[in-house]
Amino acid sequence: MTSHPRTRGLTRRALLSHAVATVATVTVGANFICAPDAAWALEVTVLKPETMATLILMARDIYPHDRLGDEYYAAAVKGYDAAEEAEAVEAGIAALDAAAAGAGYAAYAAVPWEADRVAILRGMEASPFFQKVRGGLVTGLYNQKEVWPLFGYEGESYSKGGYIKRGFDDIAWL
Amino acid sequence: MAAPFDLKDDSVVVVIGTGAGGGVLANELAQKGVSVVALEAGGRYLPEDYVNDEWESFGQLAWLEPRTTSGDWRVAKDFSGLPAWIVKAVGGTSIHWAGASLRFQEHEWKARTTYGNVPGANLLDWPIDGAEMAPWYEKAEAKLGVTRTGDRPGLPGNNNYKVLEAGAKALGYKEVSTGRMAINSIDYDERMPCQQTGFCFQGCKWGAKWSSAYTDIPRGEATGNLEVRDRCHVLRIEHGDDGRVTGVVYADRDGVEQFQAAKVVCVAGNSIESPRLLLNSASSMFPDGLANSSGQVGRNYMRHTTGSVYAVFPEPVRMWRGTTMAGIVQDEARHDPSRGFVGGYEFETLSLGLPFMAAFLDPGAWGREFTSALDGYENMAGLWIVGEDMPQETNRVTLNTEVKDDFGMPVPNVNFDDHPNDVAMRNHAYGRGEALYRAVGATRVFPTPPYPSTHNLGTNRMSENPRDGVVNAHGQSHDVPNLFVSDGSQFTSGAAENPTLTIVALAIRQADHIASELAKGNI
Repeated sequence: MTSHPRTRGLTRRALLSHAVATVATVTVGANFICAPDAAWALEVTVLKPETMATLILMARDIYPHDRLGDEYYAAAVKGYDAAEEAEAVEAGIAALDAAAAGAGYAAYAAVPWEADRVAILRGMEASPFFQKVRGGLVTGLYNQKEVWPLFGYEGESYSKGGYIKRGFDDIAWL
Repeated sequence: MAAPFDLKDDSVVVVIGTGAGGGVLANELAQKGVSVVALEAGGRYLPEDYVNDEWESFGQLAWLEPRTTSGDWRVAKDFSGLPAWIVKAVGGTSIHWAGASLRFQEHEWKARTTYGNVPGANLLDWPIDGAEMAPWYEKAEAKLGVTRTGDRPGLPGNNNYKVLEAGAKALGYKEVSTGRMAINSIDYDERMPCQQTGFCFQGCKWGAKWSSAYTDIPRGEATGNLEVRDRCHVLRIEHGDDGRVTGVVYADRDGVEQFQAAKVVCVAGNSIESPRLLLNSASSMFPDGLANSSGQVGRNYMRHTTGSVYAVFPEPVRMWRGTTMAGIVQDEARHDPSRGFVGGYEFETLSLGLPFMAAFLDPGAWGREFTSALDGYENMAGLWIVGEDMPQETNRVTLNTEVKDDFGMPVPNVNFDDHPNDVAMRNHAYGRGEALYRAVGATRVFPTPPYPSTHNLGTNRMSENPRDGVVNAHGQSHDVPNLFVSDGSQFTSGAAENPTLTIVALAIRQADHIASELAKGNI
């Protein structure tokens, strides 16, 4: 079962969106979402699983890195699954789905092309919800030590004696 | 009397702030036998405490008290509560600085004379010049162990430097080197050489970079003449009926207000807190703030004309490896109005780790244009532009009475608008920086906007005439003879050079003056 809701009717666009199943996360059981290959899973306690799945997709669409798996985006936004955040997040995702519906899609998560989803996000870019999610991702995503190697960034170096003997001047292509 | 000193001891010199200005001044006075109480708002952090982690270190060291911003600078939009990236700790921003230690060029002491009447700029010549400062610069370079001065060799160049150097030479630039740095290239003054660790901005864990935190401060304390009280935040300076300052009121580490008597007070809280403190010390005798008969306290705020250029190459650079500010191009530092602006600028290598690159490359940006830039992070090289900006009376630190800090004091508001000269210089530098990197094969170049200010200057400026500024040629208040300003806020103009060496040289010179005047009974 994919996380995006059933379409209301089989418009061409909705048919396409249904067919390609854009969301990479899967809701399993009542309170879990996970990767299709079950490589990771996230339990939600407050948010609806569909809301969390859409939020993860939104996070990827804001800062898309094809080399990063969904688990890093999930880790970046899992803090929104909290009682004090839930109302605003459910409302924000509902607004996102409404904007998608206005563009002829069943839901945000049912929009197949990133560019079309980004166009929807551009339309709500000034909203406090969008800005909160985007701002939170700057640290929530890029300050995860686990993502640094995927960008080549090596992080802490003091404990290894710095780079004096580990290639501080090893550039060879100049 | 030896430290610690009594609150009622009115024979002491109180120094407010312990960074490059206050920390050096406190030690230099203590070495001369003067009793000093240094009050520092932050805590004590030494090399073993520093962390190779950008955000964690920021939380540990940065000055994060509430501040507000206004004006057309982009910082006011992207980082509205963080006008400056400076440090709250014993040692101040000398923990965070990159180490570039350059003397002013001769013409920069005469900004008004050299640049003429620049509309909208409040330019003024310094009351001192290069000849006056030369011996003090020499002492400062020896204290800091500046490479390529004295007989100290230069640092080796890292990958980021090698890209800069190759691009600069391709453009025909001649003045390209690993710079004059207060980072040891050899053992010097009980500090070890640089281990090319990176994270210079997060505090040098080897102590290879000079900071007052682990040099001047402990040495001053060792004399028995210096008492450093950390986590003591000064709220106001008090004065007597004769208009002389009598001491300072501060909140101690428990938040309890204390009064420390003083014979002399020296303000060194950086260019935002120093004018704020003088303005917050207004009284019936000084209704516009202490030392402010000129109306110039808080005005002429300068932050250098800055910006960065990052470039992505087809092959890896790994710019984060090694010294953060690893080299310099100085050919554009000259004054050459044919470029369309007065004054000049330096190119200095810079790198940010991935977390800060995400925050500062293009604040607020999102989507694939932004993320594809970060995807090239490993292949990036970067440089920082640091150039002379124009002092403007309306660029100023004022009290925001709508917002109060934990002690109920109005917070500073920092208003800044770029001068047309600043914009012209930055655009020129973006163009030359892009050309430099394109010359060695960059496939994509990012003209990155200025970060929150690290060079904060000019808000209590030196002037020959008391009408034009706040302090005289020794940093002594024109209005209050036993009140001094000892940090970058006394800069009359900004010059193109990183300011720390000049702040240190002025502090050594000021200590000599204060000790001499105290001995003569003149203050």
